[in-house]
Amino acid sequence: MIAAELRFAIDDLFADYGACLDNDRLEDWLELFSEDCVYKIVPRENAELGLPVTLMLCENKNMLRDRIVSLRQANEYSVHTDKHLITNVRVKDTTDDGGYSVEANYTMYQADNEGSGSLYSFGTYIDEVVHDGDAVKFRRKIVIVDNWSIPHMLSTPI
Amino acid sequence: MSLNVEWQRSDYSRVPYWLYHDPDVYAREQELIFRGPTWSYLCLEAEMPEPGDFRTTWVGDTPVLVNRDRDGTIHAMVNRCAHRGAAVCRHAHGNTKVHTCIYHRWSYDLSGELIGIPFQRGIGGQGGMDDDFDKTEHSLRRLRVACYKGIVFGTFSAATEPIEDYLGPMMCGHISRLMCKPLRVLGYQRQSIHGNWKLYLENLRDTYHASLLHEFLVTFGLDRATQKGGVEMDARHRHNLTYAHAGSDSDADAKAAYGDHQLNSDKLTLRDPRLLEFRQEYEDDRNLAISTMFPNASFQQLNNSLATRQVQSKGIDAFDLVWTYFGYADDDADMTDHRLRQLNLFGPGGLVSMEDAEAIEIAHRASRHEGPDAAAVIEVGGKGEISDRAYRVNDVPIRGFWSYYAELMDIEPEGAVR
Repeated sequence: MIAAELRFAIDDLFADYGACLDNDRLEDWLELFSEDCVYKIVPRENAELGLPVTLMLCENKNMLRDRIVSLRQANEYSVHTDKHLITNVRVKDTTDDGGYSVEANYTMYQADNEGSGSLYSFGTYIDEVVHDGDAVKFRRKIVIVDNWSIPHMLSTPI
Repeated sequence: MSLNVEWQRSDYSRVPYWLYHDPDVYAREQELIFRGPTWSYLCLEAEMPEPGDFRTTWVGDTPVLVNRDRDGTIHAMVNRCAHRGAAVCRHAHGNTKVHTCIYHRWSYDLSGELIGIPFQRGIGGQGGMDDDFDKTEHSLRRLRVACYKGIVFGTFSAATEPIEDYLGPMMCGHISRLMCKPLRVLGYQRQSIHGNWKLYLENLRDTYHASLLHEFLVTFGLDRATQKGGVEMDARHRHNLTYAHAGSDSDADAKAAYGDHQLNSDKLTLRDPRLLEFRQEYEDDRNLAISTMFPNASFQQLNNSLATRQVQSKGIDAFDLVWTYFGYADDDADMTDHRLRQLNLFGPGGLVSMEDAEAIEIAHRASRHEGPDAAAVIEVGGKGEISDRAYRVNDVPIRGFWSYYAELMDIEPEGAVR
């Protein structure tokens, strides 16, 4: 059982996470991660087979920064708006150094520039959350994508 | 059924847009190309090392089951029960002694022979099949299978030439280079692109787009039009290889060609440049070598990212793209990590590949309702003869694709270039 304040802080972290991505605030999204973070998007198939191939792999915060810089400056991608719904948050365990193993489900809808939309992605976040100063941040976020045949393309993070 | 195509030019430098959007064209492609005298990529031998290992896949839009028999032979058959047409095998992969359709439990051995029909003689003398029903006439439809350097290919036609002749020396050379050692499969990616399958086959033959659409390649010097490189084709111009040599140009060369505004290389740097590190693994110093095989596959090396790509057509308006990544069995942990890191470059979210899906979808959408005279322009690298180019600014292999496509579809123009 964790303190109610901590539970609220973790819920807020997830809400901020979705809001940053949904409002194209990728640079703010970056600051929800600790400096030693790992971020991966993994097809469910590979996770089940124990195969290491990802859809996106950032082994540290610099690789996350590089992703954002590339998206902003060196990639062309579909014009879209996302909406994340993050639910079923489970704080599962504490880690040895005072962090928390947390899992949550997500769905993400995507709308195009003509106002049409569809369910783009759904799956599970398998995360580690740590205290970072006064805040809590993600030290690990593994996105397991259930509908892993990606519609269209994958540009902005899930 | 016959098709009447008014080609504006016999060298395929104009391709009518309606060919991407017509249901009769699509039906004919399935019959004359995917089920015709071509070899299609099915999977890798390394994905089914043990007897009984199976995988399901598609050739065009025909469902196919591939498995390894007890004697080690690989068989491929249409994954469709001879009884009522249900998919016999519903799993992507696995291991089994027998394939049993769940609908009425008809079962097939690993060579596709029908071996079991429940209640064939009925119960207590009542029901079941007539005595003249012959199981041997109801096996699964088999494909011919050929394995070359660990890649499994299948064909529906008895007339298809032997695999090494079909690939030709150019493709055999590239595949031998890539498949030089036992493989370790690292995993899969898949994406559903809303466009006609031919647009992707063309994209893979279009060296011109690579360093324009994919700004990441240019900015970070992975692939620029100013580098040493080019395209090679087989004798029939149905397959192609695009290649480049890293470090064969300077930022100054690139700036002179692209102009300052197009090149951000001095403003942008990666904080973790390991993504761009090239460790030479083969005798040559090509950091990019991607070959494309007619009609459904591509074999790639960019730096140290290795993969096959398979195209599965899903009607006129969509196709699935399956990426199978691998390393070599003797890679150490550091090399495996390096390959996995470079995988950020490819796939549905790849820093140098995400744009392809977008380009194909906007081309598909915007060309859909054009009349019979509207056509794509394909003449970068020149018109007329279809032949190799020792430079990068060209899309000649697209015309090679269409020349073989037209031959198979029996729609070649008068005086067609081949």
